[in-house]
Order: sequence, then structure tokens, then C-alpha cells
Amino acid sequence: MRSYLFPEFQVFRDESKCNQCRGCERQCAFGTHIYDPATDRMQTDETKCSGCQRCAIFCPRNALVVRPTPPYYRPNEAWTREKIDDLKKQAETGGVLLSGCGSDKPFRIYWDNIVLNASQVTNPSIDPLREPMELRTFLGRKPDLLEIDDCGEICTELGPNITVEAPMLFSAMSYGAISYQAFNSLAMAAREFGTLFNTGEGGLPREMREEFGRYATVQVASGRFGIDAEYLNCARAIEIKVGQGAKPGIGGHLPAEKVSSKVAATRMIPEGTDAISPAPHHDIYSIEDLSMLIYALKEATNYELPVSVKVAAVHNVAAIASGIVRAGADIVAIDGMRGGTGAAPKAIRDNVGIPIELALSAVDRRLREEGVRNRCTIIAGGGIRCSSDVIKAIALGADAVYIGTAALIAMGCTLCQKCYTGKCNWGICTQDPRLAGRLDTRIASQRLVNLLTAWSFEIKEMLGGMGINAIESLRGNRDHLRGVGLYEWELDVLALKGAGE
Amino acid sequence: MGFLTGSTLACLADSCFEAMMKEGRVRREIREKEISSCSIFGAMNRDGERFTGEGITRAIANMHVRGNGLGGGFAAYGIYPQYQDYYALHMMFTGGNRQVKREAKDKFEAFLCANFDLVYDEEIPHDDEVRVMDPPLIWRYFVAPNKKGDEARLSDDDYVVGKSMWVNTQIENACVFSSGKNMGIFKGVGFPEEISEYFMLDRLYRGHIWTAHGRFPTNSQAWWGGAHPFGLLDWTVVHNGEISSYGTNRRYLEMYGYKCTLFTDTEVITYAVDLLMRRQKLPIELVSKVLSPPVWKSIDRMDGKSRKLLTALRMVYAPLLLNGPFTIIVANQREMIGLTDRIRLRPLTAATRGEMLYLSSEEASIRLISPDLDQVWTPNGGEPVVGELSERGCQ
Repeated sequence: MRSYLFPEFQVFRDESKCNQCRGCERQCAFGTHIYDPATDRMQTDETKCSGCQRCAIFCPRNALVVRPTPPYYRPNEAWTREKIDDLKKQAETGGVLLSGCGSDKPFRIYWDNIVLNASQVTNPSIDPLREPMELRTFLGRKPDLLEIDDCGEICTELGPNITVEAPMLFSAMSYGAISYQAFNSLAMAAREFGTLFNTGEGGLPREMREEFGRYATVQVASGRFGIDAEYLNCARAIEIKVGQGAKPGIGGHLPAEKVSSKVAATRMIPEGTDAISPAPHHDIYSIEDLSMLIYALKEATNYELPVSVKVAAVHNVAAIASGIVRAGADIVAIDGMRGGTGAAPKAIRDNVGIPIELALSAVDRRLREEGVRNRCTIIAGGGIRCSSDVIKAIALGADAVYIGTAALIAMGCTLCQKCYTGKCNWGICTQDPRLAGRLDTRIASQRLVNLLTAWSFEIKEMLGGMGINAIESLRGNRDHLRGVGLYEWELDVLALKGAGE
Repeated sequence: MGFLTGSTLACLADSCFEAMMKEGRVRREIREKEISSCSIFGAMNRDGERFTGEGITRAIANMHVRGNGLGGGFAAYGIYPQYQDYYALHMMFTGGNRQVKREAKDKFEAFLCANFDLVYDEEIPHDDEVRVMDPPLIWRYFVAPNKKGDEARLSDDDYVVGKSMWVNTQIENACVFSSGKNMGIFKGVGFPEEISEYFMLDRLYRGHIWTAHGRFPTNSQAWWGGAHPFGLLDWTVVHNGEISSYGTNRRYLEMYGYKCTLFTDTEVITYAVDLLMRRQKLPIELVSKVLSPPVWKSIDRMDGKSRKLLTALRMVYAPLLLNGPFTIIVANQREMIGLTDRIRLRPLTAATRGEMLYLSSEEASIRLISPDLDQVWTPNGGEPVVGELSERGCQ
């Protein structure tokens, strides 16, 4: 069947610069660039191009420009080019449209409608270059009070808490979905910076456990891949993954092609078989089932690790979060609808769930109203793009944030959304040894550490400006936020004053 | 810890569900927080000898320019020995005219009679010759709790706190601004020396601890209830500063039933002190480490036991860290405590002379009333100055 689709991207090659080195041909796993020996010229098959920019950035002569093709169809607000092309793809294949990365749809990004406060006159701003500025954050359950005897000994039993040096953690990205090199880079960066990475549901390779276990949150997801006692006990925290912001309500599917022998060993499944995570946990059909799993994991780890439950931000997320805390979880992780993914049905990714800002505010408020906010840590993820997003999330009630997409971009990702093909030219979202080998773990981890360092500096500057020198004094402190350009109902949900109010 | 049973959790899930169903949209708050700066002063006789308000009035008047005449006040301890077993409720009834004030008073008294046994009440004496702006009707009631039904289980203190919160949020134009035993707060709109004259503090009362406050609010709203000190039971707080962690502190305290109706930093500090010292029984040395904790770099250098304790305190009580500039003088019947924020952005000078302990925004005010001092020092940020009654004083 002939395809009626236009190429999504155009490749312009400056023939006066190109010296036929064939670098682009080697860089592109999709097969966009082909060398034609007859003419000694590079040829282009634009239908293959994902727009990942690998060839353009690595062309030694800067001879390539890749850009989106202009919309060829008659302009139509209802039938946009994306709608028409998606429909054509389905007419040609009869399949579910897949996509990678977080939703790119123009839902309101509340971060961009919230502004921060700064001190003037009545309260001095604090200069982080001259004064201490503290971002240290504890993750886990806190008691309502500390009982201390006359000798200064603590009588209250403290639940396990993790210390991180800034309220930013890498979110769950599994080995299998991403390459070993990318996975390793996250682990190395977490260790160097003093935070945690998250194994996702793909297990933790044995040889990494001793070295990186202390910096890992290990996930227990519906497929239960790669879980054994050592996996749980080598880690710093355990996370039960109930849902993911990019695809609430559905499971995961790692295609057999990506299940290499090493991925298979780590996941404890046969090589070359599909790794399918069911939509629900089949042992969790209700809140009491969740509680049993939480306590089973605590029993298995001698109550020494905090247990997190990660849910997608959905309509009733506040009530759900409250149930999760009462079920015994120490950490509630909420993943907003802009959260990333290696593969999700496009219809789900772009239509299910709610933005993290609203979900976070609702959860924080509900837990306070019920007096259980201390009993847990809230981690917000799914749509954190920069340091000001982090600080706004903290002020809306998060203890810390998960960063996933931002970390991938730091390693080279350009959000081409072709993660599900397994052909990531940047070596991130692939199991092809040739492609994965492109990612130098030393460089990638350095880029990740640089990102966290840069954001920390910026957070400190903004905190100091507000006259605050410890991040905990901003937590849930909506007094330092104002909304601009938001409707009344949105301000109500965010519990924010409008600017000038 | 063990397994929770399925049925317990099912009940919890049900109650969550109910909460979810009945919830409408919660309106956001758009009340404004009051911002103010100030002078503060405290004087204590650690042997419990009582003295008049004359000296402290002179001391706080000496810092006249630190206020702008929109608030002044005093707390005095040991002033009602004849009623020392009863809660002394100082009440303000506000309103545009005498009629409105009377109505508020009638409503309050109906409530009072239903919940307390009244021992004695009177209008707080004042000097009408002193010009103050729009004084409310100010009355005092000496009462004993009359607990009934479910509330019989509460301690007297918790009962009084609960009822005070109720009055302040539910009875229009009525405000409990002092609720301890054998102590009282006197405050209003004006310079502190005017308030002192108005209530005749230099001749009518003798106390063993006095604290004072002159206020410089940045908004022009002048409300008698908004002046300092703030009190809850026999805790009082005078405060100079603006707390940048206000939103975090308030939301935390609300979880413990404190209703922050006045939208000032000082109210939040008062409740934080009540929660930590009275309800959770932490000693003042540790409370000061909660309110203005050492920086992590210092904690990390401490020996094992201290490091563990201070780490746990910061971790558990992170929402009660008071961030931003402040100096506070906190007092109760037996103690007077001075504390600054962790990086000491507001002034505090401490001094002793014999059994007298002085705390002040400025040393000059101390020297004015006690030129010869045994010791004068500037406490470090976050290091509390604690004055406690001696054994003789306690008797």
C-alpha cells in the first residue's frame, strides 16, 4: 500500500560543505542518509527521518540542516496536520498509534502562570554566596512529635528517612527501556551529586548492586520484573509503581527486540520475549491489598527502607493519596500528565490524567486537612523542566521532585518521540550495542551532575531572594507564589492569590 | 508495626470516599498578612520579686522611633495573686459604636456562662484622659473551666485553648487576647508609653516578668487586637521581624488545630511555642533549636549524639523552622526567653544586674533604667537567652 504521508522532516545538505565522509549515514539508525557510490554523493530518504538532529550536530562540516516540513495541507484548525497524518497512519496500519516522551499538547502549563516573591525592605533578601543556603531534604515518614528523655536521647521511634542534598531525584527509567549506559550514567550522577536514581521496573543488574544500590530507589511494578531479596535490600528506597503520568491506567510493553540477554537476566525473564507489565497489579485490586504489599516489602527489608507508592495524577488523586498514606506508604509520588515514557499509546498519553501542578496542590491540601501530611513525603514529577519549576513545586507542597525528561535531555535526548522504535541515535533509549555505545557514561553522568548543580545554584538564588535560607521553609508556602492569567477556579485549586491580591 | 487488617482499611477507604464526595471547591484565602517591625523589651526578676511597669515603660519609650504609634503592648506576670488559680481572660469588644460592642459582650458572656464558672469580672481600669485611638471595650473575667460531656476528658489548658479559638473565630467583634493565670496582656493602638499610661501600668500592677512591644506596621490598618504581645494561656510572645516561612509554619500548625485568625507572624510563633513546649513538652533549649536550628554544616561537625539529636529535630520539625529575620521574647510564669533567627538578622541585647535579667532591641534602653550592669552581651543567632525563676522565686 502506498503511504499517503508526507515526510515529517526535511533534510538540507549543503553540497559545497559535504565531503561525503558518510558520518551522517553511520549516525542515523533510521536509514535517512545513504551513500550512492555511483555519483559519490549522499542521498536522503526523508521519510525515515525522526528529526533527532544527531546527524546535524555530529556533521563535522556543519553541512546538514534538519527541520520540520511546512504543513502542506490547506490550513484547518480542526483538522490539523497532526490529526490528518495520524488518521492516515491508522488507515494504513490498522494499529494503535504509539509515541514516546511526554505529551506535547498545549495543555496549560501552570508553572508558567505562577510567579515567585522576593524580599523588599521589610525583610532582607539573603545572598547565597555569602550566607548558608540549605537544600538538604529528608524523604520518608516523620512522627508527629519527638520525645526526648532527660539525657537528650530520642525515645520516639523514627521511621527510615533518606537524606538527599537537593530536593531533586531522577525518576524511574528502567534498564531495558533505556540503555545500560544511560542507566549507569543516572546511577553515577546520583552517587556523585548525593541524590537517588530510580531503577524503574526493569530490575537492577547484579554487578551494579554493591556500587550503586545505596543510591537507588528500586521499583516494584505490576510485571514484578527483576525482584529478589537482594534487589530490595541493596536499595535505599522501594517504590511500588501503580501508575505513570504518561499512561495512567495502562501497563507497559517492552518488545522482545529490546530484551537482550543482559536485559533478560536483569528482568529474570527469557531472552527475546516480550516483557509485559499488566495494567493493574494483579494482587492489588483495592487499598487494603496495597497495604499488604507495602507491609510485605517492609517485612522483606526489616522496616529499614521507606516505601513509596507512585501514582499517576488522575481526577481523584487527593483521595487516593490519602488512602495510600493510611495504607502505610512513607512516600507518595505523583506523576503528572506531562510525564515522559518510552512508549505509550498516543491517545492515552495526550488525553488521560491531570497536570501535576493541580494534582500536587490538591494532594498537599487534602493530606493537611486530614492531619497526615507529616506521615509521608510527597514527590512530584511529570513536567519539571527547570529550577523555577522545582521551586514552585516545593511551594505548592512537594518535598522533592522527580526529573526524568530533563535528565534525558541533559544526556542528549532531543524529544524526537521515537523511543519506542529502539533506534535512539543518541544511545539513550536503545539496546543496540552500536547505538548504546555512543553514550559515554563519564560524559553523560557529568552532564547530569552539572544540570543538578546548576539548578541547585538557581534554587538557592531564588530562595535567598525570598528571604529564606532553608528549603523546608518554602514547603507548602504558597504565600510566596502568585498566579497570573489564571481563572478563579484554578487559583482555588492551587490555593494561590492572584498577582496583586 | 504489623499488618493492618483489611476491614480497618476498608473503613478508612470508606471515610476517604465520604470526604471526597462531600467536598466542594475550597475557596482560596486572600487575606493579607500583616507586616511589621518593632522594638521589644523584657525584664525579669529571677527571685520572683515583683515590680511596677514604670521602668519598662521608660525603657520601651526610649525606643520610640522604632515604632510608629500603630501598636504597643505589655505582658505582665504575677499581677493577679488574689486570683492565681483562675484563668484571667482579657477581652476586647470592638465595633463602630458602644451598642455593637455591648452586643459582642452580651454574646460572649452568654457563651462564657455556658462553659465556665465566673469568679469575678470587671472593666479593665483605664485613664480616659490619655488620648488613644478608638479604644474598644476592654474587660477581664476570672474563670474556672466548666467542662461537660466529651470535653471532660480535656485538660483545663486544652479546654481553654479550644474555647478561646472558638470565641476568636465565631463571635464577631469579640477577641480573647490574654488567657493565662496570674498574668495579663495590655495592648492597643498607640505608642507603648501611651498604652502604659492608658492602662496605668506604672501604678496598678506589680509583676516579676514584664515584656513590652512598640510596633511599626507597614500597613495603616490599626486594630487593637493586632498589637503585641500575643498570648495563649500564660505564654506570651513579643516579636520583631517578618517570618518568610509563615505559610509553611501556619499550614503545619493548622494540622494541630491552631486557627491562625490574625494573620500575623507573632500569632504563629505563639502557637508554635505552645505546641512544642506545652503540648509536646520539649525543653526550651531544644525548642530554640527547632525555631532557629544550626546550619547543616555545623550539625555535621557535631559529635555523634548531638548530631543525631539535632538532625532528628530538624527533620521532624522542619515545618516549624522560623525563617527570615526575627527576635522574639517568649515568656511564661517561670521563664523569659530571648531568641533571634539563625543568622541573626534582627537585634537582641541581653544584660543582667543582680537577679534582674533584661532583654532589649537596644542596649541604651537597658542602660536607661539600670545604668550599672553585671553583664551585657549580644547573643549569637539561634542561641537562646533563658531566664528561669530561682527556687526562691518559685516559692
